[in-house]
Amino acid sequence: MEIRFLLNGEAVAPSGVAPTQTLLDWLRERRGLTGTKEGCNEGDCGACTVMVTDASGARALNACILLLPQLHGRAVRTIEGISGPKGQLHPVQQAMIDHHGSQCGFCTPGFVVSMAVAHLNGDTDHATALAGNLCRCTGYAPILRAAEAAADQPVPEWMVGDAAWLMENGTPALPAAPQSADTLAALYAERPEATLVAGATDVGLWVTKALRDLDPVIFLNRCADLKGVEIGEHEVRVGAMTDMNSFGAAIAPLHPSYAAMIRRYGSTQVRGAATVGGNIANGSPIGDNPPALIALDAVVHLRRADTRRAMPLEEFFIDYGKQDRQPGEFVEAVSFPRQDDRLKCYKLSKRFDQDISALCGCFNIRVEDGIVSSARIAFGGMAGIPKRAAHVESALLGQKWETDTIRMAQAGFDADFAPMSDMRASAAYRLETARAMLERYFAEDSGEGASVLEVMT
Amino acid sequence: MSVTSPLPHDAARLHVTGTARYIDDVPMPRDTLHLAFGLSPVARGRIEAMDLSAVRSTTGVAAVLTAGDLPFANDVSPSVHDEPLLAVERVNYVGQPLFLVVAESHLAARKAARLGDVRISEEAPILTIDQALAADSRFEGGPVIWQKGDAAAAIDSAAHLVEGSFEMGGQEHFYLEGQAALALPQEGGDMIVQSSTQHPTEIQHKVAEALGVPMHGVRVEIRRMGGGFGGKESQGNALAVSCAVAARATGRPCKMRYDRDDDMVITGKRHDFRIAYRAGFDEGGLIQGVEFVQYARCGWAMDLSLPVADRAMLHADSAYLLPNARIESHRLKTNTQSATAYRGFGGPQGMLGMERLMDHAAHQLGIEPVELRRRNYYAEAVVGGAAPAPSEPPRSTSGQKKTGRAGLPQTTPYGQEVEDFALHGITGALLESSDYAARKKAVAAWNAEQGAIRKGIAFSPVKFGISFTLTHLNQAGALVHVYQDGSVHLNHGGTEMGQGLFQKVAQVAASRFGIDPGAVKITATDTAKVPNTSATAASSGSDLNGMAVKAACDTIRDRMAEHLAAEHQARPEDVRFNGGNVQIGGAVMTFSEAAKRCYEGRVSLSSTGFYKTPKVAWDRVKGTGRPFFYFAYGAAVTEVAVDTRSGEYRILRADILHDAGASLNPALDIGQVEGGYVQGAGWLTTEELVWDDKGRLRTHAPSTYKIPAFSDQPDVFNVALWDGSNREDTIYRSKAVGEPPFMLGISAFLALSDAVASCGPSYPDLDAPATPERVWAAVRGMRDEL
Repeated sequence: MEIRFLLNGEAVAPSGVAPTQTLLDWLRERRGLTGTKEGCNEGDCGACTVMVTDASGARALNACILLLPQLHGRAVRTIEGISGPKGQLHPVQQAMIDHHGSQCGFCTPGFVVSMAVAHLNGDTDHATALAGNLCRCTGYAPILRAAEAAADQPVPEWMVGDAAWLMENGTPALPAAPQSADTLAALYAERPEATLVAGATDVGLWVTKALRDLDPVIFLNRCADLKGVEIGEHEVRVGAMTDMNSFGAAIAPLHPSYAAMIRRYGSTQVRGAATVGGNIANGSPIGDNPPALIALDAVVHLRRADTRRAMPLEEFFIDYGKQDRQPGEFVEAVSFPRQDDRLKCYKLSKRFDQDISALCGCFNIRVEDGIVSSARIAFGGMAGIPKRAAHVESALLGQKWETDTIRMAQAGFDADFAPMSDMRASAAYRLETARAMLERYFAEDSGEGASVLEVMT
Repeated sequence: MSVTSPLPHDAARLHVTGTARYIDDVPMPRDTLHLAFGLSPVARGRIEAMDLSAVRSTTGVAAVLTAGDLPFANDVSPSVHDEPLLAVERVNYVGQPLFLVVAESHLAARKAARLGDVRISEEAPILTIDQALAADSRFEGGPVIWQKGDAAAAIDSAAHLVEGSFEMGGQEHFYLEGQAALALPQEGGDMIVQSSTQHPTEIQHKVAEALGVPMHGVRVEIRRMGGGFGGKESQGNALAVSCAVAARATGRPCKMRYDRDDDMVITGKRHDFRIAYRAGFDEGGLIQGVEFVQYARCGWAMDLSLPVADRAMLHADSAYLLPNARIESHRLKTNTQSATAYRGFGGPQGMLGMERLMDHAAHQLGIEPVELRRRNYYAEAVVGGAAPAPSEPPRSTSGQKKTGRAGLPQTTPYGQEVEDFALHGITGALLESSDYAARKKAVAAWNAEQGAIRKGIAFSPVKFGISFTLTHLNQAGALVHVYQDGSVHLNHGGTEMGQGLFQKVAQVAASRFGIDPGAVKITATDTAKVPNTSATAASSGSDLNGMAVKAACDTIRDRMAEHLAAEHQARPEDVRFNGGNVQIGGAVMTFSEAAKRCYEGRVSLSSTGFYKTPKVAWDRVKGTGRPFFYFAYGAAVTEVAVDTRSGEYRILRADILHDAGASLNPALDIGQVEGGYVQGAGWLTTEELVWDDKGRLRTHAPSTYKIPAFSDQPDVFNVALWDGSNREDTIYRSKAVGEPPFMLGISAFLALSDAVASCGPSYPDLDAPATPERVWAAVRGMRDEL
């Protein structure tokens, strides 16, 4: 596999690499670039954060679950490339020194890269940009001070060359990374045993934790026509390869509660790699997109060779680990109708940011003249698949939108769900807080502030 | 003078550029081999058979070692030799190392380590406190009991009885750099080991035993760790010993680092505790007597559990004078990871027991919680009353003597007199700076609205004893060289894990020579330079090593002064080292010139330094003496918001005032305080360790074990240092600051409890960690009583 990319301003063409070679191992073991650290090897700590640039701009990604072929035709900047060519410090580096932002220093390169990417992109939402970087020493306060101090410093010139280089230097095709949905469809139909890699935020763990050798692998990230959100008059259509940061930005004006939930989905680094299609296709019962999309009445679009079919998203999930997807068939897009925003997404986890949901409840309830005219309620984490709360929905439908109705409908959760107990939550907690989410939805609809995230001291 | 300057961490520039080297970053010799353990999938049982043929035949595997292949000691215990490197006959927890794979790459070793075919006859594991009590599975014969006066009689005759029981979870260290070691075989069977360890001498000791060589055959070096927090006091032994025995067996360098999941599954964590309390209070809220029963889950091997449990007992008084006390401690042996040192070393658990009791009592007695605490505080030390010091005069400060329970002898339950109590002053100042009274009213008004979101606010103090309770550990050595160009090479027995120890000690050295800290080269901790070191633990790093370095510097300085004085017909005491210069009577020369002159004058410009903490003496069997040289103090006020529907919460604001004595470096000390608070709050909130009924740890990665993230820091976070000075003669009158601030996080737990308390009349039944689910359950418990 002949992979080419730009590494800290230098064109590299690593040869003879396995399709599952992670960028992190390659940087550290082959290139001697040991500034990028391994903290968890599963994308949860951010110590391995690198900057990756392509036509869509610069983003922070976790190198530990980034497979080398995903970088073909892109530019990578590691901590070693954040300082200037003569060793000049980047403003965020100087600010981290000045504000005592490092103690043991092990997480620091990852923080610095995340901060440098946010700085480059003019992003001053530091809490969001740095939610994917764990620090055990500082308690984060000095890092926040450093990020704020560096925010209005100019971007150093060495940080901006990567995009231009990519524009000037084309990249030869890489057979394992098709560049259009048509090519992908043909290739996958031919090799239905292949593993599809979208963002590798899940498949990456098969490699780094389950120690699986994957071959053949098809990398989807170069399929430009599978990316993007089309907001039409009647429909929103989301390409399967749309990354979660892009999707969150696109959805925010339409369904702000969904966007707020996406802010807590993974981290900036994870969302920069993770895709909407991947989150559906992997069939996880705790993925956060499916319940929201099901509540929005979404349809999933599947394709095998030139054959396409579509189905309501909830029908795609058959059973735990089993989806209605044929060999050689892939998720091409998901779409849902344009609608007035009635969607609320409640993600419940031990920690607010970057935590897998114990449960995620998404409510889309319409009221006309005081009567519930439609109700779509779906949950993740409550069953082996993302699942609608059918009994609750029917208990609400046609009833007055009032407290008594809520109380009555809450009983329906017992019929809809028999959740399990695990390390994230007990069955009782899942069931009772699911019930309470309906109450919260009603309270918020009645104008009551109902989120601790909005409380001030 | 360089001490007291808020200089950045000495390696800050290396950190931010990614050039600071950790063990796994050290360039390896070409033929380095990589190691991984095969782990027990069973919590308790007998090993019937181990077929490792698939492991051995895996591509890239150079060797596979089992217990029988170890040439000498098969032991990595830091205490009583009860912890084999590789299991012999029996397994005692899920994750126990069974065999050692030596392979050409880290990945090859990890892959092969999963291929062992091990047959174990399973036995029912002892996992919980109740199971251990039922099986009488414990360390030491029975519970350890320390008493002061007659607690039972005092409680029985008191006006109010307050009693309860609660549980607090353990804590994963989650140092960002996992455990790692590298062994480089030398000629004649010697070994150089680089180890990410807080305790190089212990590594040297265990490696020497495993290789059958004297300690002089092993040299251990560590420049820095990527976090330690106690988790690298003993838990690095297994990797260093593995590397050494594998290097001996193969003749090749060997490196081992744990994958994060392996790290969390194999290594010990903070001890989880159950604490039952019974206390008698008089009408005025004064404690008459207290009984604590502390149950500590120690895991399968002893490790450091005895001193940890001791320290929990030593902090059972928290900050309060207990006229009568009985503390009973059970050290329970379970089939789980062997619990180990973790920042505070049992102190946080003991202290939380008392603070929970005070909160409960305040609720039951209807006395404002801070007021109740102040009434029961020890008496304030006379401000400015420093203990006599031979070397320098005490700082004078003015102030008023305040009293807690002034009429009584100010002794702890273990008989140490509290001579330096400062919490009356700190509390008063903090209540004012945090606007506590007004905010408490505002919280009550908010909660009176009876909405779904409740608020809580709480105060908690810290009084933490400073010194190793094992008295002989309170010693340190240093080695200082002044080169003929005036540059200084500094070495001491302490290790750098992010706390800024090296910078503080360099500031001490620079101050002694009157030079810029930049002229002092800080070098890796090395057992060949300073021998017989204690672990960098118990917050003692700068106290001990700062003093040892000072002694070494002063020896050299005195030699220089003597020589230069003789050259200039001046008296040695008139030679001044200041501002990069040396002043001898009327003559001035740079420190570099002075060094050159001394070299040419054949003056030895190298010296060791040594320090041992005075005054400490402790009988752990009787539970009496003076285990601590002094106490460090601090206090925090935390405000939270809780969603009673889901139990979700946020820390809205935290205000902290902390006593670092006369700080050697206020910037580094504030860093310890901020970070300690957040880590302490994490322990008691989102950090939950979950084992299943087979003894498997289900939370073995950051995907499932949740340390505080960026947005979990308080929205408003005000941290200040108390303007004080150590009454004891410590290094520049500073105080230790590594562990004490951790316990400030207790205020976050109490604030959550306070928010829950607004939901009903009773005192909340809230265990730690107070995950959203536990908060929700506590709220539900309150409402069920209505």
